[in-house]
Amino acid sequence: MRGFRSPHLLDIASLGRQDILQVLDAAEVFFEVSRRPVRKVPTLRGKTVINLFYEASTRTRTSFEIAAKRLSADAVNMSVSTSSVSKGESLYDTCKTLEAMHPDLVIIRHQASGAPHYVASKLRCGVVNAGDGMHAHPTQALLDAFTIRRAKGTLEGLSIAIVGDIAHSRVARSNAVLLRSFGCDVRVVGPRTLVPPRFAEAFDVRAFDRLEPALEGADVVMCLRIQRERLSAALLPSLREYSRTFGIGAAQLALAKPDAIVMHPGPMNRGVEISAEVADGPRSVVLDQVEAGVAVRMAVLYLLAGEAERPGVEAEGAA
Amino acid sequence: MSEVLLDAEAVSRAIRRMASEIVEATKGGAALALVGVRRGGVELTEKLREAIAAQEGRVVPTGLVDIALYRDDAATALPDPKIGPSVVPFHPEGMDVVLVDDVLQTGRTVRAAIDCLLDHGRPRRVWLAVLLDRGGRELPVAADFVGRRVEVPEGARVHVSFGEDPKATLEIARSV
Repeated sequence: MRGFRSPHLLDIASLGRQDILQVLDAAEVFFEVSRRPVRKVPTLRGKTVINLFYEASTRTRTSFEIAAKRLSADAVNMSVSTSSVSKGESLYDTCKTLEAMHPDLVIIRHQASGAPHYVASKLRCGVVNAGDGMHAHPTQALLDAFTIRRAKGTLEGLSIAIVGDIAHSRVARSNAVLLRSFGCDVRVVGPRTLVPPRFAEAFDVRAFDRLEPALEGADVVMCLRIQRERLSAALLPSLREYSRTFGIGAAQLALAKPDAIVMHPGPMNRGVEISAEVADGPRSVVLDQVEAGVAVRMAVLYLLAGEAERPGVEAEGAA
Repeated sequence: MSEVLLDAEAVSRAIRRMASEIVEATKGGAALALVGVRRGGVELTEKLREAIAAQEGRVVPTGLVDIALYRDDAATALPDPKIGPSVVPFHPEGMDVVLVDDVLQTGRTVRAAIDCLLDHGRPRRVWLAVLLDRGGRELPVAADFVGRRVEVPEGARVHVSFGEDPKATLEIARSV
């Protein structure tokens, strides 16, 4: 087995099980690196990684930035408010401008689904999708898988409930694709207005509009953030009602398996989709997810930044 | 063409001698630790630990380092899916750490292993033990404890195995 099959990471659907396991296994190594006294390895010295963020994000951007820096790559951040995009530059022209700076990888977050694919088709360097519209957020699904595998020992055949605004969630989509490829029983649950009617069919998952059957016997309860910026009053009339019906508190968690873990991609609306008691409780792995995020992104950058044209020099002794 | 450089008896004699040299050089080995370089050095580290335990009646701490992330060609080489974790389960501060590898050639692996080790802490001194020094250095690196030194032509392959029948063999491709 050699390298990563694609020069880009655009969505989970274009990865095979082997690619996913390769990222997770490499992430175990980088997880260890992040716990050393010196949390930096020289692996990507001289490589340039550009963070191109068209959508507000602190944690994902910071996570990618730390990942690049721990690999000794030069990380540069471009955010929409400070770049010429606000002066009217098109995505095409931004791509061409970036290309002239010879980056090795571009990390892009964009509010339009498909924007990373467009950028990947225009740039000669590798592109990593850090979230595009409602489409995909592959590194989130990979870090969730990493966290689940560490907590449960395996990904195979688990029961996973994804709770909340399924309709607007790229996290739900990427997770559904990844977990289904490991044979997990994936249940999505939320208000009818926020679970698209054909979602279950399209992603081969089970859809529910009540918490009880969705949580019953679940190994993992994955809360989604209620994205107030994407929701109109018609879709979600009242946060309080949502919280009463779909919020995860101790009583709701009791429906899942006794050793079920609770996840949240952050940032959390405490008291809305998750109670403070559960968020800070012993079964919450929310902070493990944040730590996993850096390790998984280091693995992704490492696997994508290698150049294929020069074969690896054989290790000493073998030569 | 294949030539045995060290047979089973020579390997075990070399390990016993290296073990006592290590204990002597580190003044009884009070602050001694062995760190193998993945993957060739892992088994030799275990053998040295057993030999030191047999001689001194004491088990010294061991660890291992994976140098994939520290190679000087890491950013341009194909990513090796076989990268593994480094495990240094002790604090190297103030210790005599002996890096252990099966074969020493260019010295690049050793350079990378030293960098990796130092990221885990600052030992008092770092030593190097190898079963076979085959020459062909590309960096100014020297071993402190050596099983056997032999000049091996570039391109020839040296195999070290520690299975049922431990031995080091030399394979020289027949020139046409």
